[in-house]
Amino acid sequence: MNEEEVVIAVKDIIQTVAPDENVSMLDLSERLRDQIDLDSMDFLDIVMELRKLYGIQVPEEDYKELASLNSCVAYLHPKLVQKELHCTANA
Amino acid sequence: MDYDAIVIGAGMSGLAAAIRIAMSGLSVCVLERHNVPGGLNSYYTQEGRAFDVGLHALTNFVPARTLGAPLTKVLRQLRIRHEELRLGEHEFSEIVFPGERLTFTNEFEHFEGEIERVFPHQRDAFAALVNRVRTFELREDGVEDQSARAVVGEILSDPLLIEMILCPILYYGSAREDDVAWSQFVVLFRSIFLEGLSRPEGGVRRIVNLLIKRLKAAGGELRYGSGVRRIRIENGRAQLLELDDGEVLRSGTIFSSAGRTESLRLAGREVPPEEIGRLTFLESISMMKDAPASFGHGAATSFFCTEERIAYRIPQRLIDVRSGVISAPNNFRSKKPLKEGCMRLTVLANYEAWHKLSKEEYVQAKIECAEQAIAKVAACFFDWRPHTVYRDVFTPCTIRRFTGHVGGAVYGSPKKSLTGESGIPGLVLCGTDQGYLGIVGAMFSGVAMANRHLIAPHQKTATSPRSA
Repeated sequence: MNEEEVVIAVKDIIQTVAPDENVSMLDLSERLRDQIDLDSMDFLDIVMELRKLYGIQVPEEDYKELASLNSCVAYLHPKLVQKELHCTANA
Repeated sequence: MDYDAIVIGAGMSGLAAAIRIAMSGLSVCVLERHNVPGGLNSYYTQEGRAFDVGLHALTNFVPARTLGAPLTKVLRQLRIRHEELRLGEHEFSEIVFPGERLTFTNEFEHFEGEIERVFPHQRDAFAALVNRVRTFELREDGVEDQSARAVVGEILSDPLLIEMILCPILYYGSAREDDVAWSQFVVLFRSIFLEGLSRPEGGVRRIVNLLIKRLKAAGGELRYGSGVRRIRIENGRAQLLELDDGEVLRSGTIFSSAGRTESLRLAGREVPPEEIGRLTFLESISMMKDAPASFGHGAATSFFCTEERIAYRIPQRLIDVRSGVISAPNNFRSKKPLKEGCMRLTVLANYEAWHKLSKEEYVQAKIECAEQAIAKVAACFFDWRPHTVYRDVFTPCTIRRFTGHVGGAVYGSPKKSLTGESGIPGLVLCGTDQGYLGIVGAMFSGVAMANRHLIAPHQKTATSPRSA
């Protein structure tokens, strides 16, 4: 995955965990918490999906690295560089 | 081990807990004693008519994508889209006391206007109460277990206004006589007045069916006709379940929505009598050819009291008709109007009194009590007895049979366990006795307890992706 694909992968997971939200409208730099009110239970879900889909582990102390889409890319790209993108939302 | 988790009861909370557990990739089985799901909020068909039990309204109504609201959070956690519930809001509901009537809608400003109209001298005090409710933070340690009557009584001074505000709150969730814990008052006030009332198209079965569909899709199991006879403790941890038919299952964690008293009894523990809930109701469902609106009845929900002070306590006799709730499902907006008119009337009842009746007396008492209750409210609303084409009545014994709650207690034990801890390792409480209220609250309870006691701890240890 390149960085753009990581954004797609993360948006896809957000769409899965928050089906009522319009993820195409998400701003890259603004905090997800402020945009669509993701709380700790939602981040738990995002991490769960990352594990199920890509087999990567995000320890609890690193949840803060997932604050915005940009910070997600910075944190997840090294972990996902060898993985193939696959989307599941609305499947 | 047979399952990572077993959930006792296929009600709203049990199903929600199981969905979360299955979604996280753990194995889970829901055990339901009956052949229908839903628990307290269930449904049945009789003579070709669809009836709902429990649910009058889905409280906590907010539009889709409302930030920070319990409904938004719970739907997200269960990955159900808001539109799938097809919620129709009420036009208005009302609180009716001798000489006074307050109406409320899902726009809170309307209710504020009503308070100003009827109780102008209490306008500022009411604003202070609302502010307390809005800013209150729920704590899990239960320290905040003050009396709502005491807190509200310090802020408001008009005794009638206090009663009128307490009435819907007591009827929609209090397990305590004449009062409710302040923290529960806050939860209920938000869910009824600050958020709002709605009804899913098709009633409660829409929600139950959605939950079951989600559970199956996530790979969870659901077994009907599987009552739990005993929970066995091994090495200090609850881990074995003995079913009614003698089968024994081993589970990593047991989530029980059976109620606090009932769950502890399954594990061989007794609870002090004052911690056993006893508040229960008689409900009649009357079907009519015409909609209630054609008789001038436009309120979706009417909370009423025929005296100045509400007596929310176990009656001495079979029922107490002096206060209660009327639900008119036709008065919720819907794209698919109901085929018939429906009036539901709920009043307080005494389980022991019903329980000791002979079979003949019981059948007779059901008919008479339902008639008596409707006759009592007819003066304030309208008399729907002459228009009734079919009626069904539930007693505390019916509730006992379908929920398994001791004494048919609708809102469970007055003692809640907000952390879900039962006092026995491996046995987690969810549902009514964990402390969230209403249908959204029940689902939230299942979600929150599954996250807290199983999914979050599991997340730390799991490393491999699901093989499928």
